[in-house]
Amino acid sequence: MNTTTKEPVWIPVSTVSEFPEDGGVCAKVYGEQIAIFHFSSRNEWFACENKCPHTGDMVLARGMIGDSQGEPKVACPMHKKSFSLRTGACISGEEYSIKTFPVHIEDGTVYIGIESPGTQG
Amino acid sequence: MKRKLVILGNGMVGHRFAEKVAEYGGTEKFEVTILGEEPRRAYDRVHLSEYFTNRSADSLYLSPSDWYRTNGIRLLLSEPAISVDTVSRKVITSAGTELPFDELVLATGSSAFVPNFEGVDKQGVFVYRTIEDLEKIMSYAKQVSKVAVLGGGLLGLEAAKAVLDMGKESHVVEFASRLMPRQLDEAASSVLKSKIESLGVRIHLNRETKQALGETNFQGLEFVDGSVLDVEMLIVSAGIRPRDELAKNSGIEVGQRGGIIVDDELRTNVYGVYAIGEVALHKGMIYGLVAPGYEMAETLAYNLCSPGQKTKSYAGSDLSTKLKLIGVDVASFGDALGQTEHLPIAYTNPRTGVYKKLVLSQDGKKLKGGILVGDADAYSNLLTLYLNNVELPAEPESLIVGTPSEEGSALGSLPDDAKICSCNNVSKGDLLGVIRSGACSDLKGLKECTKSGTGCGGCIPQMNSILKEELRAQGKVVTEHVCEHFKYSRQELFQIAKVKGIRTFEEMIRTHGMGNGCESCKPTVASIIASIYNEPIQKYREIQDTNDKYLANIQRGGTYSVVPRIPGGEITPDKLIVIGQIAKKYDLYCKVTGGQRIDLLGARMDQLPDIWKDLVEEGFESGHAYGKAMRTVKSCVGSTWCRYGVQDSTAFAIRIEERYRGIRAPHKLKSAVSGCIRECAEARGKDFGIIATEKGWNLYVGGNGGVNPKHAILLAADLDEETCVKYIDRFMMFYIRTADKLVRTSAWLEQLEGGIEYLKDVIINDRLGINKMLEEEMDNLVGTYVCEWKDVVDDPEKQKKYKHFINSEDSDPTVRFIEERGQKRPVDWPKKELVSN
Repeated sequence: MNTTTKEPVWIPVSTVSEFPEDGGVCAKVYGEQIAIFHFSSRNEWFACENKCPHTGDMVLARGMIGDSQGEPKVACPMHKKSFSLRTGACISGEEYSIKTFPVHIEDGTVYIGIESPGTQG
Repeated sequence: MKRKLVILGNGMVGHRFAEKVAEYGGTEKFEVTILGEEPRRAYDRVHLSEYFTNRSADSLYLSPSDWYRTNGIRLLLSEPAISVDTVSRKVITSAGTELPFDELVLATGSSAFVPNFEGVDKQGVFVYRTIEDLEKIMSYAKQVSKVAVLGGGLLGLEAAKAVLDMGKESHVVEFASRLMPRQLDEAASSVLKSKIESLGVRIHLNRETKQALGETNFQGLEFVDGSVLDVEMLIVSAGIRPRDELAKNSGIEVGQRGGIIVDDELRTNVYGVYAIGEVALHKGMIYGLVAPGYEMAETLAYNLCSPGQKTKSYAGSDLSTKLKLIGVDVASFGDALGQTEHLPIAYTNPRTGVYKKLVLSQDGKKLKGGILVGDADAYSNLLTLYLNNVELPAEPESLIVGTPSEEGSALGSLPDDAKICSCNNVSKGDLLGVIRSGACSDLKGLKECTKSGTGCGGCIPQMNSILKEELRAQGKVVTEHVCEHFKYSRQELFQIAKVKGIRTFEEMIRTHGMGNGCESCKPTVASIIASIYNEPIQKYREIQDTNDKYLANIQRGGTYSVVPRIPGGEITPDKLIVIGQIAKKYDLYCKVTGGQRIDLLGARMDQLPDIWKDLVEEGFESGHAYGKAMRTVKSCVGSTWCRYGVQDSTAFAIRIEERYRGIRAPHKLKSAVSGCIRECAEARGKDFGIIATEKGWNLYVGGNGGVNPKHAILLAADLDEETCVKYIDRFMMFYIRTADKLVRTSAWLEQLEGGIEYLKDVIINDRLGINKMLEEEMDNLVGTYVCEWKDVVDDPEKQKKYKHFINSEDSDPTVRFIEERGQKRPVDWPKKELVSN
């Protein structure tokens, strides 16, 4: 492992079979809402915050995924603004962007990488 | 060394000027600095009132945040200039910065004019000019219920609508004897007035304000005639005053009644100093509209950036405007008030609230101006005729009454230098140039290449016909590709799915598309599959648009609204009680919809299956209010109750609604049945509408109450019920098969070559020989109907999809409501500053 970058803490969320193909779900990870997408047509997994950065509503997991010029993206269900699932940048030319998280699959379990999980109460 | 160009003012015009300087390569030659007084960069002030509803400055910004930086332009915000030294050629800013300049452009705009009556300085009196003004208005409005707007011009009426939208009693006070006195004549004003009054805004004309009442807080207006208006807040929108004080104090010449005097090249009396926009006084005119400011900006930028070549000159602007005021179309152009010798032709229809006037030259051959109220569809064609001084047809009245002439017929004969987009000064030749160069082949591209259609948008229909005409002339097939993943139109995808028996999105994109799909093509394919096979849509839930996916309409807060089907609007007292009980049980906000149903709002996602279960058990089913599908069929009480009714409209409406319930289409579909010609169900405002006659039913198609309201057109008259249903089957199926995605029947009918006559030929005379097929397809859809809610209620696996968290039983803890008028509503969206990281 590369010791110069901070290794995230991996939090198990659920089993792969619980996730819809080419769709998203929302998980609660240390009190935060994280949208996780099983992008099965690309054979990739992505995660980002569940919050629409424009309205503040917790809905991104319900958005439709797809690609724009090959860039994997999610379209917010509120106003169809698209965000890159790789970088979190808004593809529809808005200033808003979203946080993204690494996803890791091991033994049929989906893990989300969190940098600092914060203190548990 | 680069010359120093300083722009004072970062409003719409100052920004446009900077854009044009960049576009003409001026940043190579100039070091550009632009100063803004407001804390934010340039935004769209024309659409300011949208801020009341979306509270987002973002959607109003004219450029991305890094635009200035990437174009090498220095932007200083919250830093107005306080003086200009024309001798040492320096600007001093409020922060004390000294900015030397070689060229100085004053784009300082205007401020709201506030009449000087007693008490105008009381708390509760506001102007309507900037986003900050709006925030103050919204904050103060929380404590009042009655608001007056002073000024019945464009902006004043916009403000009155905003007041109405805030749920307050809304009044407009105007000094003149008519609304929009600069644009409308008495007759037009009176039509507009009754329209606006019918929406709930109270209008007071001929009122000269004497004083504002109240101690420290504003408590009402007293007029010179002694009458009093009891309101608690005042928004002043009584005109503008040019912001010329800087010029005045710096020896730059201003007009007697204000405004910096400029010549045809926008030069002031001081060498190297220019003025553009609402602060400029050109040939005695101050323009209070954005389009003339844009023209000035372009002219000046061109002249400054291309030295040595012939300069452009500014010849003054046209005062045309087209607006949608409180849902009423209003347009005025040219010599609308007929101030020179002219021949007027006017048409008034008090029943429909339509007024149209043409101001013709005395020989009746040229159009000098006009007014349209209530129906401004003819505006862009009329404006083109006017701006290009085109000779009129022999019967010019045909331009405003009767069937409009074929679209494009007036366009084909236009010369290439005819102006199409007056906001951005784009000619027909400019458009043809980029289309012929191959730079763009669709409307979106044409907008990007030329900027045409990006201002008021009034020219978009003409851009569209020029584009299509030219592509056809080149022998190209004009198709609307669904998106980047499919090089096919919806109609083509429909045929592919049908012929090849494709039943999944995955198969469609693998065999006929590319990439992974997106929010455009997935729901389109989902709708096509549903229209062919009518399987429960939850089977393909990941390709359904968000509302279809959750079988409910997503609303603010990420909550959902639930609309049970109430066919024809008929409901028993017991069923009404049940809906009330269920609403109470889940604490839902209730509202009767425009389609005679009951909207239950504020359901969390995880509550939906339980709410549906309760409703289904009581005999309700999904109303498909969430789908691009057949929705409601509205009705009046018809001959069973009404003393005028000639047929049983309620029974027929129920039959129609139950027949077509849940059928998926390119867009939502609505219908209505009226029991007599009085049209209480408003059937002609629907995608298809039925009106009873003494002999049977008249069937109308292609109406809607959407963005561009259209009356439905008569397809067939005096039908018996069976024939009427048969024609609807054919009409709906033909639409479902051939319309592009998200095109409603009105737009579809407009685009249909041959129009209604062709449609009659297909539906009634079976011109294409497809009616039997269309009827069979419809019978199949009708026969395979299932309630989509029940489908979920009966299946625990499907219910699991409605949990908010995959790994917790909690519901979304961020959903918050507040109380309003005795019910709950979602809290407002937070402001941008609070949401962003």
